[in-house]
Amino acid sequence: MSVTSTTAAPTHPQHHLAASSDLRTIGMVWRRELIRFVRTRTRILTSFVQPILFLFVLGYGMSSLVGTTGGFDFKKFVFPGIVAMTVVTTAIFSAISIVWDREFGFLREMLVAPVSRGALVIGKTLGGASVATVQGTIMLALAPLIGVHLTPLLVLEVIGLEMLMASALTAFGVFVASRIQRMEGFQVVMQLVLFPMIFLSGALFPLSGIPAWLAVITRINPLTYAVDPLRHVVFAAQNMPAAAVARFETGVTIFGYLVPLYLEIVIVLVFLVVFLSLAIVGFSKKD
Amino acid sequence: MIEQERSPLPPAAHEGAHAIEVDNLAKRYGEVEAVKGVSFTVEHGEVFAFLGPNGAGKTTTIRMLCTLTQPTGGRASIDGYDVSTRARDVRQRIGLVFQEQTLDQQLTAEENLRFHAVLYGVPKSEVDARIDRALRMVQLIDRRSDLVSTFSGGMARRLEIARGMLHTPAVLFLDEPTIGLDPQTRALMWEDVLRLRREEGVTIFLTTHYMEEAEYADRIAIIDQGKIVALDTSGALKRTIGADTVELATGNDDLAAKNLEAAGFNIKRGDDEVVAFVENGEAQVASIIAAAGTPIRTVKVHRPTLEDVFLHYTGRQIREGQGGGPTPPHFMHFARRR
Repeated sequence: MSVTSTTAAPTHPQHHLAASSDLRTIGMVWRRELIRFVRTRTRILTSFVQPILFLFVLGYGMSSLVGTTGGFDFKKFVFPGIVAMTVVTTAIFSAISIVWDREFGFLREMLVAPVSRGALVIGKTLGGASVATVQGTIMLALAPLIGVHLTPLLVLEVIGLEMLMASALTAFGVFVASRIQRMEGFQVVMQLVLFPMIFLSGALFPLSGIPAWLAVITRINPLTYAVDPLRHVVFAAQNMPAAAVARFETGVTIFGYLVPLYLEIVIVLVFLVVFLSLAIVGFSKKD
Repeated sequence: MIEQERSPLPPAAHEGAHAIEVDNLAKRYGEVEAVKGVSFTVEHGEVFAFLGPNGAGKTTTIRMLCTLTQPTGGRASIDGYDVSTRARDVRQRIGLVFQEQTLDQQLTAEENLRFHAVLYGVPKSEVDARIDRALRMVQLIDRRSDLVSTFSGGMARRLEIARGMLHTPAVLFLDEPTIGLDPQTRALMWEDVLRLRREEGVTIFLTTHYMEEAEYADRIAIIDQGKIVALDTSGALKRTIGADTVELATGNDDLAAKNLEAAGFNIKRGDDEVVAFVENGEAQVASIIAAAGTPIRTVKVHRPTLEDVFLHYTGRQIREGQGGGPTPPHFMHFARRR
């Protein structure tokens, strides 16, 4: 400690600029998520079991049924969907930890601190999103195994889209967690919301040529607009013959209108902002 | 060296603000009045205890003072900052140790403290020194890199106290701090707490239903059914319910009673004993025996306990089999009568 100043101006270290203290809080909450993630190795491993199972069982099983078109088969089609599925489940399960924090009391330590609830929710969302992005990117390493080519650009684009998708889904999970007091409740909501959302997002089957009622549901599901861009950028890097492009279509159409990529991203961003705000409101209540 | 590590308490709202000021504070949940208008003032550096049975309104009061629950009546301030309108300033100035544990089991002791330091805006340059100091204070410096999940209940509790002090609060709130701890750990925890008060000058507000724990406090408020029924130092509270008692079993109680009365003692005849009420029981035993003028079989001296005080004000014991040990039945007998 070398104090050179001789003026005895009273300094109050507690008086920080609100913005810088919020940033520090976001960073700390984010860091805690990463520390906990690295420390729970079993969670890292088990969270791969389900997607890998889907990739191989569903991928190989359906491939024989769907057949190969121009060297492109169902495995390659479903692969981006499986990456998305990994991201979404990890994101939601990161958000679940809030309910654990509530049961183990740590949530209270956070909520009584003199920081804005927004900083806590944003930190938590960024933390969960980072973890989910890491998991999804690790899944990407399986690409060569099923014949999907990876290019540096593709990897960068996928990471960006994963980050967006993960943030939106973590924010959604944090909002759900703000409304739920017990672990059992969260599991019920997730069974009723998470799995239908994944299955009806186009992650596991093409969105064209499906019955009208199913088409409507998939178009309402916000996750659809997160999965499609991911598949789009993966497919863009593959050398797909025209026949394969026609067989395994990308793009979401609403009444014949092809939703452009940027609009899909905007939809996911809106979803993110809405649930982030709802989560902040959810944690700002006092009894 | 030590002086340098210590940083000043955040400034109070105004000169001469009390550490805690509570005026007719109330909380109603629907039809239930959990706290029915309590008023008291706690000075800086004081150890103040809320003593009462479960459900008396202790935790609701502490939650209101900590800005976690909105009062439905009255007002309260910490260091001059109103708990309703200046919640963030209040939170900055208080340390909290809850009834239930609020540590992250998957983080180390140090990581838990670091998290807290950041959330409470401890300046970056001071964080390491403060963590070090806090861990030393509760003698957990050797365990700084261990996961909290490996800690015993007592260690976790002491780590929480260290954490509560990390941002140099003006008031440290302890809600039933030693619940579920063994007596040895309790004593250890209290050593920590009293050292904090001595070295940091922090004000301590605690709730408890253990009599011996309330004895550590400079002043005790007895709370029952949402109301403060008595508030004073432990000694003064005991004096309000009466003097020490010296109980004699003699061969001839009638004679002993007559002689003692003649000698100017304030006495009461029991079924099988004579009881003298005196200022200092132990010192007076010899003169009482001498004045009785008849052979004495047994002598019992009883000094009023907080348990007796509680019984006196509320008409019942705080908790069967808890607190300061069983109250001798003969004393309860008299206490109830007066």
